[in-house]
Amino acid sequence: MSDLSSIQPVVQAKGLIKTFGRVVGLNSANLELYPGEVLAVIGDNGAGKSTLIKCISGAETPDSGEIMIDNEVVSFKSSLDARAYGIETVYQTLAVAPALDIASNLYLGREKRKSGILGSVFRKLDHSGMRTTAKEQMTKLGIGTLQDMSQAVETLSGGQRQAVSVARAEAFGSKVVILDEPTAALGVRESNQVLKMIELMRDRGLPIILISHNMPQVFEVADRIHVQRLGSRAAVVTPQTHTMNDAVAIMTGALKVDEKDQALRPVRVPATA
Amino acid sequence: MSTPTTTDAEALIENLDRKGPMHHFHHALHKYPWISPGIVLLVAVIIFGLINHRFWAISNLSLITQQVSIVGAIAVAQTLVILTAGIDLSVGAVAVLASMVMAKTAAEQGVPGPLALLLGFAVGAAAGALNGFLITKLKLPPFIVTLGTLSIFMALTLIYATGRTINADKMGDAASVLLWLGTPIQVGGFKITYGVVAMILMYVIFSWILKNTAWGKHVYAVGDDPAAASLAGIRVNRVLFSVYLVGGIVLAIAGWIAIGRVGSASPTILPDANLESITAVVIGGTSLFGGRGTMFGTLIGAILVGVVSNGLVLAGLDQAYKVLAIGILVIVSVALDQWIRKVRS
Repeated sequence: MSDLSSIQPVVQAKGLIKTFGRVVGLNSANLELYPGEVLAVIGDNGAGKSTLIKCISGAETPDSGEIMIDNEVVSFKSSLDARAYGIETVYQTLAVAPALDIASNLYLGREKRKSGILGSVFRKLDHSGMRTTAKEQMTKLGIGTLQDMSQAVETLSGGQRQAVSVARAEAFGSKVVILDEPTAALGVRESNQVLKMIELMRDRGLPIILISHNMPQVFEVADRIHVQRLGSRAAVVTPQTHTMNDAVAIMTGALKVDEKDQALRPVRVPATA
Repeated sequence: MSTPTTTDAEALIENLDRKGPMHHFHHALHKYPWISPGIVLLVAVIIFGLINHRFWAISNLSLITQQVSIVGAIAVAQTLVILTAGIDLSVGAVAVLASMVMAKTAAEQGVPGPLALLLGFAVGAAAGALNGFLITKLKLPPFIVTLGTLSIFMALTLIYATGRTINADKMGDAASVLLWLGTPIQVGGFKITYGVVAMILMYVIFSWILKNTAWGKHVYAVGDDPAAASLAGIRVNRVLFSVYLVGGIVLAIAGWIAIGRVGSASPTILPDANLESITAVVIGGTSLFGGRGTMFGTLIGAILVGVVSNGLVLAGLDQAYKVLAIGILVIVSVALDQWIRKVRS
């Protein structure tokens, strides 16, 4: 366990406060994400888990407190800033452009251009290059069943669409991938597919923050579970030390967990990618 | 109802897998939305020719391309806007305003031709920028914005032109430049004008841009689902603004084509350009809900409108039948679009 104790967090949020008018979204919230782990963030509605995640993904700016990436204090003004740091987010809303094909969606906003004059002067996109890497990316995440990368995304099932979103995040998220309720709109089989992708990403050394309401899913894939309550962190537990009922009790405030019983330090030795 | 036996179920699945010709047709239409107007165009050309053989005369077909050139050019701008799920009711007014600026600066201030053209382009760009600004910064719906600017640009044109038409002979030395797109050329047996060539070039160029550049992909993505586009890191407002700005310049070129075609600049030409351009876009298979469609489809749509108007006249029918036919085409096209959008694998 000696190597675990020396691990530094990839993402650290310290004392984040965010208010919306008179509503307190975050009340001195903390969060640590360590390399190569899946950190689940759970909490009741209004506990501030979305706000917390939005601060980390750049969608919201906290009123005070600091966010550190690899021990460097950062300030994100938009999600584009967060992306520049290698933080990618997958949304529950299946954030894809339905009429565009798989490859175009994977590279949306970050298109690859042809080399040479065609690319620099005429801004021509490298369609075949994007398709090839899109195919590789999808195969890497275990979705090799999709053959045709020029297929419009609207012809795909919900699970396949979410797979495109996850593949996009994995391709560009060099630091962290955040999944915000990625299975909320999906059926059981499709959800399992997404969970498998999460494990594949983790095994390749990419740390993941998973926001979910689905307790069984959380307990299946998470290494540590961050329980958010009333705008701040109530506890961090692991599926090994606590049960789902415990987690719910912490969420509602019925159970307090002593700091020494929490999992504030990493529990998984990161995979070397 | 009896429970299906295994063999029934297998047969059923096999049937589903086989996917009938209708399924393939549906998918083809989904991928290439210009197929249906293309078929209608082909049928129309054949039928009108059978009714009146003069329809097929090269001189008549040449005339149709010239008649189509102005609205065809305007429809390029309209396609860009509709792809973003917007609509531009001010297209005709912007084209006319730009053409008036070109002609009047040349006629009254003696501005040289190329500079008069540039002034016209600048006014077109400014008009597009105003639309874009109102839509992106004030967050007003494109329909309302362009309904308002339609009146504003029309009024500005009338005030600026003091209601008068400027004929070619008044344009002085600039006439050669301003009327240049009216120059006829022979291509095979066809007698077309540079204006027709300019229009077709615009289709080729914008078709290429939409397909091959990031900006093109972003135009589709913004029209498809602005929230998703924004989450993917696309600056939605910037794309929207650029579409109206580029559209304004395209419309100024359309105004230039109009001067060449008509031989003068008048504040009251193109009264139907707005609706005709929307008609061409919709018939061409571009979805009014945005994110779907092609420049090529619009070109077919514009030609189809031209063919129907010309063909019905040659068939000896009243002008009212043209309006009737186009109305039916529009409704059929939109109904077809609704069906096409339902495609699933």
